[in-house]
Amino acid sequence: MIHPLILIAVFLVSAVLGYFIIRTVPSLLHTPLMSGMNALSGVTIVGAIVATGVAFLAGDGFWAQFAGGLAIVLAAVNVFGGFGVTHRMLKMFDKKKK
Amino acid sequence: MPALQIILSAVLAVLVLAGISMMSKVRTAVAGNLLSAFAMLCGIVGTLFFAGVVSVWTIYVSILIGSLIGGLLAARVQMIQMPQTVALFNGLGGGASALVGLLSVHGDGAFVRFTALLAVAVGMVTLVGSLVAAGKLHRVLPQKPVVWKAHALCTLLFLALTLAFVVAGAFVQGIGLTVCLVGAFVCASLFGLWFSLRVGGADMPITISLLNSLSGVAGSIAGMAIGDVFLVAVGGIVGASGLLLTQIMCRAMNRKLMSILTGGTMTPPAPQPPVIEENDNENEELIRRIMDLEKKIKELEAMVADLETRVKALDGQLNAAPAAAPAPVEEAPTAASVLSKAKDVIIVPGYGMALAQAQHQVRQLADKLESRGARVRFAIHPVAGRMPGHMNVLLAEADVDYEKLYEMDAINDDFKNADAVVVIGANDVLNPAARNAVGTPIYGMPVLNVDQAPEVIVCNFDLKPGYAGVENPIYSREKGVYLELGDAKETLMRLMAGIA
Repeated sequence: MIHPLILIAVFLVSAVLGYFIIRTVPSLLHTPLMSGMNALSGVTIVGAIVATGVAFLAGDGFWAQFAGGLAIVLAAVNVFGGFGVTHRMLKMFDKKKK
Repeated sequence: MPALQIILSAVLAVLVLAGISMMSKVRTAVAGNLLSAFAMLCGIVGTLFFAGVVSVWTIYVSILIGSLIGGLLAARVQMIQMPQTVALFNGLGGGASALVGLLSVHGDGAFVRFTALLAVAVGMVTLVGSLVAAGKLHRVLPQKPVVWKAHALCTLLFLALTLAFVVAGAFVQGIGLTVCLVGAFVCASLFGLWFSLRVGGADMPITISLLNSLSGVAGSIAGMAIGDVFLVAVGGIVGASGLLLTQIMCRAMNRKLMSILTGGTMTPPAPQPPVIEENDNENEELIRRIMDLEKKIKELEAMVADLETRVKALDGQLNAAPAAAPAPVEEAPTAASVLSKAKDVIIVPGYGMALAQAQHQVRQLADKLESRGARVRFAIHPVAGRMPGHMNVLLAEADVDYEKLYEMDAINDDFKNADAVVVIGANDVLNPAARNAVGTPIYGMPVLNVDQAPEVIVCNFDLKPGYAGVENPIYSREKGVYLELGDAKETLMRLMAGIA
């Protein structure tokens, strides 16, 4: 198990980095950016996978596994849908490139 | 093993950051998005191995179902529906985080219990809030702020209760923990419902951005609960950058984040009057619209009568020279004649253009003007539309070159030199009242300097004030304003037909 303080430190460092990187994105691309960030927030799929896997291997009841499966489905919709629409939008911007 | 996992997570997090920073330029943005997606894929595969759950088949089935639904939605959705789509996806992510919290709440230690409960709470706020936001944007829920009895008090109460349950849950086990879990779940959902219903349609961009940030935070907290570095890192990135985006938007709209969120919590008397006024306004607007329509009918009748007399007068001439069509005798300049002469045109799109789905007509107009040698630029206010950058996406959909899209600061000094400005479904973002009408909602909001242009053509549906409810003095300007009211698609077609 990773120490809680490390986790909190990771959270803070990545938060600061994210904060500074976003500043460089022009408002022209804010909608795709937001949609891309939204897709990234589906990263919780990783958590869902771990939780589901643990519940499955521990032989937890049906509902625990169902909740885990549902979490994965929801997060997967978020991830695939999010990256999908972002890709579609960005390609529209790019197609006029000479 | 954990060391390798941490290093890999760090590398992937850097890849995600690189992907995001590549999204700052149109040319690299597609690759940036793919890079982020790739990093995510690696994160998922890595997790399967590190958590030792490769053999769990239900995971693959679930991913397959989710990816099919998500992929189908992504391929089908229209560009105008983008704001509610993002809100919907976002809510689902939040819901997933809540479920992860739910599953890991019975772990060991106060830290795990606390973070798991917090993930449930933040996740539920995100889910319910996003669904309400999506509902409002999709017009299945009322656009106007909904205010219930003791709204501010209830909102605050639910928030306090949620926090209390989360904190208390960290120190108890067994039945007590279950009570705290249910309590946090219910109160957080109610808080999400109460706070998001209170937000009006025009503040939705900010709300979505904030909820987006929140879903990142929810994921990050869920990551803390299960001890996953990659999840914590990416969640943190999304959370912080979403917050910054929210700030940028608030500044562009001259709104305080707190006043949007809490509505009445800070200043109880403030939110009440606007709501009542809005109902009145609606009635007044309806009456005004009916009167406008009646006036227009009368005008049309007068025009018909005028035309009839002209036709009679021209009948004789027509017999003599049948080829010569009766050209309308125009003395005063019209919108079309102004545009015909203009060499430097700035187009200002707003949410009305999105509503009328007129972006393709706008492109055609721009093409037509350009083929006549005019220079056409688009001035994009940072909060035009229902999402930051919404106009850019719609115009890109209609094949407008992004190099012609100018941010407000880049083009604001050029309005006074432009030959003509065409406003399409925009109002508040060009209302000069924002500069001097102290006390109005838009006072202090940076606006496009459309009023400095010599000739302004307004293609709006009507002249009623925008969301902010402040009259736009441009409409009543005596010279150089041409009002082309009605559906933007039709008025644009008319304009184009009029340009000789």
